[in-house]
Amino acid sequence: MATTTIVTGHDRLPALMSLMTGDEKHDRSATSTLDVLWVLYDRFLDIDPDRPEDPDRDRFLLSKGHGPMAYYAVLTAKGFIDEALLPGFGGYGSPLGQHPDRVLLPGVEIGSGSLGHGLPIAVGTALALRARGRAARVVCLVGDGELDEGSNHEAIALAGRLALDRLIAVVVDNASATHGWPGGIGRRFTVEGWTSAEADGRDHDDLERALHETTPGRPHVVVVGAGGSA
Amino acid sequence: MTDGMRTRFGRVVDELLDTDERVAVVYAVIGTREFGAAGRRHVDRVVDVGIREQAMVGVAAGMALEGFRPIVHSYAPFLVERPYEQIKLDFAHQGVGGVFVSIGASYDAAASGRTHQAPEDVALMATIPGMQIHVPGHPDEVEALLRRIVPGEGLHYVRLSTRTNARALPADGSLKVVRGARPGSPTVVAVGPMIDPVLEATSGLDVGVVGTTTVRPLDGDALRGLAGADVILVEPMLEGTSLPAVTAALADRPRRYLAIGVPAVEHRRYGTADEHDRAHGLDAEGLRRRITAFVA
Repeated sequence: MATTTIVTGHDRLPALMSLMTGDEKHDRSATSTLDVLWVLYDRFLDIDPDRPEDPDRDRFLLSKGHGPMAYYAVLTAKGFIDEALLPGFGGYGSPLGQHPDRVLLPGVEIGSGSLGHGLPIAVGTALALRARGRAARVVCLVGDGELDEGSNHEAIALAGRLALDRLIAVVVDNASATHGWPGGIGRRFTVEGWTSAEADGRDHDDLERALHETTPGRPHVVVVGAGGSA
Repeated sequence: MTDGMRTRFGRVVDELLDTDERVAVVYAVIGTREFGAAGRRHVDRVVDVGIREQAMVGVAAGMALEGFRPIVHSYAPFLVERPYEQIKLDFAHQGVGGVFVSIGASYDAAASGRTHQAPEDVALMATIPGMQIHVPGHPDEVEALLRRIVPGEGLHYVRLSTRTNARALPADGSLKVVRGARPGSPTVVAVGPMIDPVLEATSGLDVGVVGTTTVRPLDGDALRGLAGADVILVEPMLEGTSLPAVTAALADRPRRYLAIGVPAVEHRRYGTADEHDRAHGLDAEGLRRRITAFVA
């Protein structure tokens, strides 16, 4: 049977990632988020690199700022970052650091790196959009280890009470939390009024499905397993 | 005086919420009395996050990123010390502005103990790049400050207190002569609520007194024009907090400096603010003793 190889942006990601060296400590963190970042930017988020300040754009907040090579690779494939910047990754004059800085990089919604900051900011962003009557969605990516930070749990409880149904948290579960999450990560959210879905972190269709399983009046969490065991 | 700083703060912000759609208020339970009514009129812009101070600052930052002008309010230790990293990263590092307003000061509620005392707040806020810091000494100054900085841009910290002076300064960021003296006489720089105790302490002495509500940026040009060879800084927070700003402004020639404020000690006393002032030598008698010894 004849097969056709379709060269998509996704196929370019490993090559783009390879242009960035010097942050091997965060390699695992980067590769664990690559597919979910791709699905968000390729299939879900309404964002245009030509209009990075569009007030109606969806907001993507990378709270887990560790291992941003995957993020930079996806932003490059989608036209937000000039590929020529990638080899300078981590350099003194580069806008691409080992943790991203929104002031240096148009299209990046928040600077992150210290864990536990993104989700409270995302709650504020969702509140602001609601106050302005805008329907844009706010997606915040956190790690399962990052969930140890108590600030996340302040935000999880608050978002549920405030019924922020344009807010989606994506938790990449590498089973890296020191003491684990007995009973599952999703339960931490559903008890506060969120809806929860699980997805296989390597299955793009499954990720897309889980992102869309939202319910009016409730924030939504997608728990992304590393290879199908969410 | 008909009201205190906190009451005036609530009244002015209530009005600003009605007249400026950029204004938002984010607080953590403390402030329900001031903002409860406004919250019913502006349900999306007045947010009580519950007892969640990290989320309070993060939520306010998210609103700032979307163009709102958040006023963030709590008791000083819970506004500044507990979520310090959120102020540093969620506001300053993201490059957005906001107005932080605290109550409690160093030990307004002395009987509440150390957990509710924050003489260190201004020193911490002074480490935040771009943070402008105001220590008003009168409710009129609070109102003038809010009407100037809330419609503006940038990061501001306003430190409210129950300790007030009899008269208000203009609160326009400038240093003012409160009591003149002969040229070359020692100069006391009195910050916010310390102006009246300093005036009483220096009565009859050949000492000039200048006052300010804004300590960052300090009005260095005015200070250079007014300061004598001996400079005494008296502030109602951690001793020496504003000394770097004073010495930086007065680097033009050699001077002697004395910084008077709240010492960095675990005092472990309850009681009243006046009793704490006496213990730390911040009442008029203690101030006079230290100032006269320094200029003798």
